[in-house]
Amino acid sequence: MLTKRIIPCLDIKNGRTVKGVNFVGLRDAGDPVELAKKYSLEGADELVFLDISATEERRKTLIPLVKEVAKAVNIPFTVGGGIASIEDVELLLKNGADKVSINSSAVKNPSLINELAAKFGSQCIVVAIDAKKVNAEWMVHLVGGKQPTSINLFDWAKEAEQRGAGEILFTSMNNDGTNDGFANDALAKLSDLVNIPIIASGGAGTKEHFLDTFIRGKADAALAASVFHFDEIQIPTLKKYLKTNNILMRL
Amino acid sequence: MNIAIIDYGAGNVQSVLFALERIGFTGKVTSDAEEIKNADKVIFPGVGEASSAIKMLHDKDLVKVILQLKQPILGICLGMQLLCKSSEEGNANGIGVFDLEIKRFSNQVKVPQMGWNNIYNLKSQLFDGISENEFMYLVHSYYAPLNAYSIATTNYGIEYATAIQKDNFYGVQFHPEKSGNVGEQILKNFLNL
Repeated sequence: MLTKRIIPCLDIKNGRTVKGVNFVGLRDAGDPVELAKKYSLEGADELVFLDISATEERRKTLIPLVKEVAKAVNIPFTVGGGIASIEDVELLLKNGADKVSINSSAVKNPSLINELAAKFGSQCIVVAIDAKKVNAEWMVHLVGGKQPTSINLFDWAKEAEQRGAGEILFTSMNNDGTNDGFANDALAKLSDLVNIPIIASGGAGTKEHFLDTFIRGKADAALAASVFHFDEIQIPTLKKYLKTNNILMRL
Repeated sequence: MNIAIIDYGAGNVQSVLFALERIGFTGKVTSDAEEIKNADKVIFPGVGEASSAIKMLHDKDLVKVILQLKQPILGICLGMQLLCKSSEEGNANGIGVFDLEIKRFSNQVKVPQMGWNNIYNLKSQLFDGISENEFMYLVHSYYAPLNAYSIATTNYGIEYATAIQKDNFYGVQFHPEKSGNVGEQILKNFLNL
């Protein structure tokens, strides 16, 4: 049976991980390749790299990084951040990325999803959605959550699926950074609404939060950053805990 | 050992190349008929859509080349599906090594299947040293039904053939190049055939 997935997310700026990483025993805790290897060895099911560099720096640093990661790591990985064209995706896949994640560019130009899915297949197109609950309605936000839109989360997710997205990565801005748990009500609603996998993101603080999001939130995968980077939750411990609680896991 | 990785514009050839490097081999990415024919082992990767992929193979005159290969050849993911007779995806006609029709998963399950699933009923040298129910990474919307060529089974709403073999032709639906150490062992086993 298909397992649920645990996905560490690395924020990358100018080829280095940011948001602080706190590990004992790594030669260089800011080196994304070292971190990717560590997570892979610990049993992470996939990795996500989100590049937050300015456009110029990204061009220079992202491709060599993707190539290094692809050489070093034997699990799938997704690259996101500033991807806006077929050429962008082609270059990333050619250098070893397995999937790409698109966000603001898809909202601004929804037919980009169709074009990418037709060219590369839905399986490698992840549509990332940042949303915030405003007056009891989940609204899509752009530019890393800074810019509100009048688009409803559920409408947009459905449209993304119909246009050929292979997966939805939903980050709740209300939950992100709180360590208070995932947005399980919205996640469950999303999961019932679309027939593609949903990755839960934003709010992970404890092992129980992951269990909750797989059960109540009906998520197919759960993504987190700081709890892994600061060693607050170790991936092997988390996966054993989830398996003990009857969640299908690859150990 | 000469390892040819068939490049026809639809494969994630880089991942396969890097996986070979990790286990100490060098592959040659090529669409050249002579290079493919003369290789000791041939890997036939593929991601994307079946009907456009088979068109690209025809454009490069590679269908006949593949059919006539005598050395071990490993189709991965879409590569495996293209070795079959036909696919519901874009109503594509495949290469036809395996007399199988590739079908789409029903909407009772999420499509694509994406992630790690276990493989069992292992019946091939390809799985030497691999325990039953190891997890492999899969990303696909279409599948090969269980059949006489099945050498591994996976369950996703339905039991299907996650690996097939006929003579020197091997096909795996999962991605050994992305399936951790177990996947790398399967690649080593293939190279040792």
